[in-house]
Amino acid sequence: MQVSMSINGQAHSHDIEPRMLLVHYIREMAELHGTHWGCDTSNCGICVVLMDGVPIKSCTTLAAQAEGHEISTVEGLEKNGVLDPIQQGFHEMHALQCGFCTPGMMVTGRWLIDKHPDPTNMTDYEIREAISGGLCRCTGYVNIVKAIRWAAAYEAAAATGGN
Amino acid sequence: MAMQTPAPVEYSRATSVDDAIQQMANLNGEARFLAGGHSLIPMMKLRLANPGHLIDINPLEPELSYIRQEGDEIRIGAMTRHVNMLESDLLAQHFPIFHEAEHVLADPVVRNRGTMGGSLCQADPAEDLSGVVTALKGQAVVRGPGGSERVLGMEEFHVGPYMTAVEPTELLIEVRFKVKRGHGSAHEKVERRAGDFAIVAASAALWIENGTITDCGLACSAVGPTTMHISRAEQALIGQAPSEDLFAQAGAMASQDCSPSADGRGPVDYKRHVAGVLSKRALSRAAANALR
Repeated sequence: MQVSMSINGQAHSHDIEPRMLLVHYIREMAELHGTHWGCDTSNCGICVVLMDGVPIKSCTTLAAQAEGHEISTVEGLEKNGVLDPIQQGFHEMHALQCGFCTPGMMVTGRWLIDKHPDPTNMTDYEIREAISGGLCRCTGYVNIVKAIRWAAAYEAAAATGGN
Repeated sequence: MAMQTPAPVEYSRATSVDDAIQQMANLNGEARFLAGGHSLIPMMKLRLANPGHLIDINPLEPELSYIRQEGDEIRIGAMTRHVNMLESDLLAQHFPIFHEAEHVLADPVVRNRGTMGGSLCQADPAEDLSGVVTALKGQAVVRGPGGSERVLGMEEFHVGPYMTAVEPTELLIEVRFKVKRGHGSAHEKVERRAGDFAIVAASAALWIENGTITDCGLACSAVGPTTMHISRAEQALIGQAPSEDLFAQAGAMASQDCSPSADGRGPVDYKRHVAGVLSKRALSRAAANALR
């Protein structure tokens, strides 16, 4: 079947089998390898991408279900060669060791900051709950929480010109 | 690592509720409706479900995603996603149990996809929302070919593990809840880690007027072949004045009447004990929020 969607603002259209999972479409058809494919059972959260701005597990969504939707992956975070603050936060706070869970964590963190009414005052509980659908087997959760908080603070400072 | 992919399957999109039902009828019921997909797709990967055809009902979101009051009922459309039930002010106002249960059901990313209809029709005995709907005495509206509708209570709806009374050519479209005075409700869950299925969960609903329990619903999850409806405890509570002693008796009944099996989440005696403790706690908190 023919499937068309937008990934990071770019139109993609391919003839695929209906059973193809979105994660495999993104990696094999769109050839964007930043989205990782992990547990395959919707437990690990490594394959998280945004569909119309909402995080979903792309290993548990058929590519056919993304027809006509806007997908954003980790590659979409960087704009014109400048890292998104969430990516800078992961760098600053050393929020990765092996890096396997990082794409899902960053996409989820970006969504949390965007939807939170007061990102600079997010509680640790709120951040932990938001990323609770993701597993980091290096157990770097403390630094991931710090990185998301760093990004929120950086953006607030940049917005008020106080950076 | 072997890649898990569903077996080859045909796929079509529904354009309306009636179109979905018509497509299913044309396939003689030998297809599955695809809602959030967070149970069905993993089951297809494992070959536990082998539908030859999927009818995607996600395009029906505009028609089937809603939480609204009609007369003395709250009605929830089958494509309403968990996140919408978690964040609904209308539900929080009338049935506090929804927010509590949705908050501990899976994780936020899964809650963005999973639906009311999918949860109920999957009929996983360990799932939280089925317990909530049972405790609140929700009525499931299913529609079949030709537009005929049936309204099912949860005792009829749950017929066995992962089995419901919904016929292959029918679609669950809505769940209805009566709004009555003096309501309070609560959900208690013990799990191994955040977002996991319950070791045991208890859902309790009470309606209290003039110091007397006028109606009551109690259900336990993960302790039997289906969501366990503890009807003996309900009978014992109706007509009584709420008290901790009474709730302890109801908890003891839940403990006796459930039928857990031993597995990686614990032995039978432990699960019975937890079912009793959680039932009592849920009832106590339900009474407290009914009387607030």
